[in-house]
Amino acid sequence: MDTATVPSRAGADAPEAGTATGLLIIGASQSGVQLAISLRALGYTEHITLLGDEDHRPYQRPALSKEFLQDKVGSESLIFRTNDYWIEHNITLIKGERIESVDSNTDGSGIARGTSGTTYPYQRLALTVGARPRHLEAPGAELDGVVYLRNADDALRLKELAPATTDVVVVGGGFIGLEAASSLAAMGKRVTVLEYGQRLVGRAVGTETSEYFLTEHRKRGLDIRIGARIEQILDDGDRTVGGVRLEDGSELTAQIVLVGIGVIPNTELGEALGLEINNGIVVDAGALASDGTTIVVGDVANMPNPVPGAPAGERIRLESVNNAIEHAKVAAYSLMGRSEEYAGIPWFWSNQADMKLQIAGLSTGFESTVIRRDPDKGKFTVLYYRGGRIIAADAVNAPLDFMAVKQALAAGKSIDPERAADPATMLKSLIA
Amino acid sequence: MPTVHFTDAAGATTTINANTGDSVMETAVRNGVTAIVAECGGSLSCATCHVFVAETDLPSLEPMGEMEDEMLYGTAVDREDNSRLSCQIRLCEDQELHVTTPETQV
Ligand SMILES: Cc1cc2nc3c(=O)[nH]c(=O)nc-3n(C[C@H](O)[C@H](O)[C@H](O)COP(=O)(O)OP(=O)(O)OC[C@H]3O[C@@H](n4cnc5c(N)ncnc54)[C@H](O)[C@@H]3O)c2cc1C
Ligand code: FES
Repeated sequence: MDTATVPSRAGADAPEAGTATGLLIIGASQSGVQLAISLRALGYTEHITLLGDEDHRPYQRPALSKEFLQDKVGSESLIFRTNDYWIEHNITLIKGERIESVDSNTDGSGIARGTSGTTYPYQRLALTVGARPRHLEAPGAELDGVVYLRNADDALRLKELAPATTDVVVVGGGFIGLEAASSLAAMGKRVTVLEYGQRLVGRAVGTETSEYFLTEHRKRGLDIRIGARIEQILDDGDRTVGGVRLEDGSELTAQIVLVGIGVIPNTELGEALGLEINNGIVVDAGALASDGTTIVVGDVANMPNPVPGAPAGERIRLESVNNAIEHAKVAAYSLMGRSEEYAGIPWFWSNQADMKLQIAGLSTGFESTVIRRDPDKGKFTVLYYRGGRIIAADAVNAPLDFMAVKQALAAGKSIDPERAADPATMLKSLIA
Repeated sequence: MPTVHFTDAAGATTTINANTGDSVMETAVRNGVTAIVAECGGSLSCATCHVFVAETDLPSLEPMGEMEDEMLYGTAVDREDNSRLSCQIRLCEDQELHVTTPETQV
């Protein structure tokens, strides 16, 4: 029996059967949506098909671990555009359809086949397929109650489990883990965070910021275990989670084990097309893959570092809303036949309890830091320097600092490290 | 039903019937008012949802919080006395609001 779901359509009518859509965008999330919108803003006239495997209208993910989980915003607030928008802009939206194979010709046209059996001929192809959660490898990882948090269905499942839950174990002290842990704590759950590395958010921030979050989260009641490894997830007797056992032999009670240990880029379709793969699908500065025609944008793309002045040849894969949006804009120019190189200052945010972190720039490769603290106001900023020049900042509850650094970086300027530590001095006044 | 009139920097106005309880930002973005970018989706992190509120409508709004006030110093077009971040303005039943959007948000 064919168990595939029936894809559903919204937005503009698709071209007649057999007629190729101008552009087939696979993946209807932050990157795919932005690509379609930017193309129309630039005057792209071909028909666009925006297709994704989720059964929801395209929505924004960031709130899934924050406001949406805590019921502070409803699902309607997460939706990118009304159905009328898609119709008016001649974009066919297809939900609930997973593309399992693509055949392309040298001119970039081809045919994609969905799991429903439907085929989608296209003139150009864009892969905005994102990334999926890395799975936990431990005995018991298949038990009911072990959850991940990547999409709306994950968040809905978590919300469904929450009322009957008193204890949660979060595996992974990265952004998603800490955001979800803070949200679940605010919902009255006892939360333990297990971080297997030596510090929190080790991949994205420096040690000072890690220390700050560790101290502040502990003050707010999160039980955070650094260097803790799971040995086994315990079965409560009917294939559901009852707790976890750590490698040191200690046991924790839990009805939910929420795993946030990073993501894996969805490169399979790219591989099938013979595209170059290296921690994502490799693209040039114009978001074109190695075949010279396929557009690849967002979390799945491995691209030249967009920061002006970055070492030549340095490559990076970014997982952020800002990158999805800016990268999509560059890709839209490419499809219009204009070559714009992706250049910009990456930025990111993460809300955890009453702490609002904003990151400007990329701190990788920093040589020194300057710390600004204003404990009375709950403000904390780390400025990162390389070769005496500012390259990034982590700012907690300090939007003025964040924006000053973003401005300085965008203008190719620096901020005097000698005077930056004094919280009474506005960073903006030190830009030179 | 609340109504929002968006006037862009060139003077063209778009009127949108909104849902009670939605923010001005959501109303704009979902309906394709491109002068509001709203990268962070209303999380008060990006300052790309800047609007100028008509002086006559200002008294009908809740005063802004400290975070919004600070964020407004980082908008692409400099703030004025009537500047607000539109993700922080929630619409009440039958409210009618006139806002002007800046020339650029980024
Ligand atoms: C819980 C959570 C919180 C976050 N918070 C923040 C934040 O605060 N700030 C920030 O900057 N970023 C945040 N992010 C990251 C941000 O959401 C991502 O960087 C962004 O969604 C990337 O967009 P994308 O379109 O490239 O990929 P994705 O969002 O991963 O979308 C890819 C889409 O393609 C679909 N797809 C994949 N393969 C196929 C196929 N073969 N056929 C059909 N469809 C397919 C997927 O199901 C998915 O819908 C958060 C992410 C999560 C999960
Ligand atoms: S939408 Fe980002 S601050 Fe308003």
